[in-house]
Amino acid sequence: MNAVLRHRLLWPAVILAALLLTNLAFTDHFFSIEMKDGHLYGSLIDIVRFGAPLILVALGMTLVIATGGIDLSVGSVVSISGALACLRISGMDDQNSVSGVVAAAGLALVLSLALGAWNGFLVAGVGIQPIIATLILMVAGRGLAQLITDGQIITVNSGPYKLIGGGYWLTLPFGIIIVLAVLALTAVLTRRLALGLLIESVGGNAEASRLAGIRSRGVIITVYTFAALCAGVAGLMISSNVSSADGNNAGLWIELDAILAVVIGGTSLAGGRFSLGGTVLGALIIQTLTTTIYSIGVPPETTLLFKALVVTVVCLLQSPAFREKAFHRRRRPVAAPPAAEEKVRVPA
Amino acid sequence: MTAPTPILRMSGISKEFPGVKALSGVDFRLLPGEVHALMGENGAGKSTLIKVLTGVHDIDAGEIELGGRKVAFADPSAAQQAGISTVYQEVNLCTNLSVAENIFIGREPRRLGRIQWGRMRRRAAELLARLELDIDVSAPLSSYSLAMQQMVAIARAVDISARVLILDEPTSSLDTGEVAQLFRVMRKLKEEGIAILFVSHFLDQVYEISDRMTILRNGRLVGEHLTSELGQVELVGKMIGRELADLEKLEGKPLARETETLVEAEDLGRAGAVEPFTLTIHEGEVVGLAGLLGSGRTEIARLLFGADHAGTGSLKIDGRPVSLRTPRAAMNHRIAFCSENRRAEGLIPDLTVRENLILALQAARGWSRPIPRRKQDELVEKYISVLKISPADPEQLIRNLSGGNQQKVMLARWLILEPRLLILDEPTRGIDVGAKAEIQRLVASLSDGGMAVLFISAELEEVLRLSHKIGVLRDRRLVAELDNDDDLTTDVLMETIASGARA
Repeated sequence: MNAVLRHRLLWPAVILAALLLTNLAFTDHFFSIEMKDGHLYGSLIDIVRFGAPLILVALGMTLVIATGGIDLSVGSVVSISGALACLRISGMDDQNSVSGVVAAAGLALVLSLALGAWNGFLVAGVGIQPIIATLILMVAGRGLAQLITDGQIITVNSGPYKLIGGGYWLTLPFGIIIVLAVLALTAVLTRRLALGLLIESVGGNAEASRLAGIRSRGVIITVYTFAALCAGVAGLMISSNVSSADGNNAGLWIELDAILAVVIGGTSLAGGRFSLGGTVLGALIIQTLTTTIYSIGVPPETTLLFKALVVTVVCLLQSPAFREKAFHRRRRPVAAPPAAEEKVRVPA
Repeated sequence: MTAPTPILRMSGISKEFPGVKALSGVDFRLLPGEVHALMGENGAGKSTLIKVLTGVHDIDAGEIELGGRKVAFADPSAAQQAGISTVYQEVNLCTNLSVAENIFIGREPRRLGRIQWGRMRRRAAELLARLELDIDVSAPLSSYSLAMQQMVAIARAVDISARVLILDEPTSSLDTGEVAQLFRVMRKLKEEGIAILFVSHFLDQVYEISDRMTILRNGRLVGEHLTSELGQVELVGKMIGRELADLEKLEGKPLARETETLVEAEDLGRAGAVEPFTLTIHEGEVVGLAGLLGSGRTEIARLLFGADHAGTGSLKIDGRPVSLRTPRAAMNHRIAFCSENRRAEGLIPDLTVRENLILALQAARGWSRPIPRRKQDELVEKYISVLKISPADPEQLIRNLSGGNQQKVMLARWLILEPRLLILDEPTRGIDVGAKAEIQRLVASLSDGGMAVLFISAELEEVLRLSHKIGVLRDRRLVAELDNDDDLTTDVLMETIASGARA
């Protein structure tokens, strides 16, 4: 099993290494990490730090996709969570009050949980197709964020809040610590406990899972709620980093990057098997790509095109069918059934 | 009979899957105008041989000659163009499309790029008339029974100018009348000079229709024989590599016993599925359900397992009224259900044998109480050896196993829960004699151990051999409940099914 897993993550790892080496060729000391004022600094640290919100959102997305669903609303949840936290903090007499910031962040996360449960209810309870069910909150959620911020950009000036996205703890950026904690929590829930097996089973065959006694409805609601919680934390991080909440632009298109990260990480959009490690690699690849664009000096007007090209290549390299064709010229027909399974399947 | 030159010759075929040697050095030939049966147990390599032939898989070694020319098909459509059409065990059609569309999908009659719907429907109707099928070709395929869908699949295959027609388990979901109809069609096609490769687990059918047979065991060729020269007992011996004595041991009907009542269904029913029925199951009792396809057998099973909600009636377990609203609720009362539709309602294809096997137990424990890995390995190892699941590799993906072995894993999934009532819906369909006998023996020994079994099967002999009591269904109604005494024979059962009268 371990060997298979290693093999599965081989290509994402190779791609990430290639991107990092490209950076090294353009930037001196790209790999060097130094200690300043008790904090770690370096380009590698920056990549993880700036990539932290994406990793979080992508982790939640991985579980949703593994059940055969998809969550388009995470970007909106990011903005709602940040907006609510900033609104509460801006209304406090003492913005540096730790308890006040904790309460504000807690409230934002509770709202995120509720939004996730709503998605789960629409998908598992009402039976709406996931892409439609979460599209509702994707569109309406931006409106909700606007409503919370009253259409303005709320700025805050709070030391404790700044810590979440921009601060340091134990020499590391606090965001990285949060990511490590959430990653560890997810890994324990899904791999040490049996949640992972149940998720993969529901994603692999929903009806058979029901007949095996799995409460698939509960599993589905859980993953959507978890995805929203991850998005909520990411929202706090993003708004904390810039000390403001922008209902319009915070977390814009992050859902698409997250889906991309999941796919690059080797989890099938059809549901079933998932890989947390792959998703983290996928998110890091996307973040490194952004860094690379700056470091090798791609002209600003062509960055999107450049990114698109690289992502296309990455996805092709990730596809076993493509590698087979490109690297083994031997006649090897790609069996028809697997190709059909790659369609996005939406559970009833 | 002079032997014409073979239309198809396969020689030295080998094929390996990760961890499984599916075929090694198999020779096979097919003469025009014959029905050739491919025989072997589950996992003997029958399906693999067919898939290799039709280009689903490529071969590791060996060669294929069609009409004297060496061929290698890249995919099934290439094989089809060369004149090899296949109808698989599980119908591979689009049930949401109409019958006519299914027959002509991918090769619709066109003019100026536009599909000629009228012509398509006419040709489809003509084609089906040739097979003596009278159905509405513009109706969606899903409105017809699985049996009819199979016939449509055959019609499609026949129409694609087949020189070689492969029928993989075509009869496993057909009733007697439909089988007779299929055989009529097969004989007609044979007269037209088409070579038919036929795979079936029903020995009687093989002897009725085939001229010649090739026997495989464990991916190797055992031999090729004329059907008329090989007795059934010899055949089974060659297939399973041991004597048939095992199969006969179960003879002698089990005796009915007086035990505690376990499940009592009173007027339980569901509109459109099954009329209200009353049925009692005692501990340690095997209750058989007999009836034609679609007569409501599966529907009864689903109601007793909570897979569907009952519209009427009540259910008592241990004398206490219960309501089974979900499969989970039934599992809490230690009822287990092994569905007839393995692919749609049983397997999680992407998971391993181990994961599939422990799934129900894990579901019952909930996500927060994982089964320790050591315990998992013990359970899996135990059932792999008890049920002789092959390959005996717990980490193999279940979709790489043959049908019969997948079925055994499904059985094991429920057996580890130690249910009090085990509902088996067609547990022996599409699996070979050896495995069938094993499963039958298992049912008998489980019931001796006190487990109640609801046994559903289309094979009356099997129901009769195992059951203490048999419920007969007809047109979604439980028409009779017969004690399995010496007077009960398959003829009586058939009579009851046919007439609906109480014997």
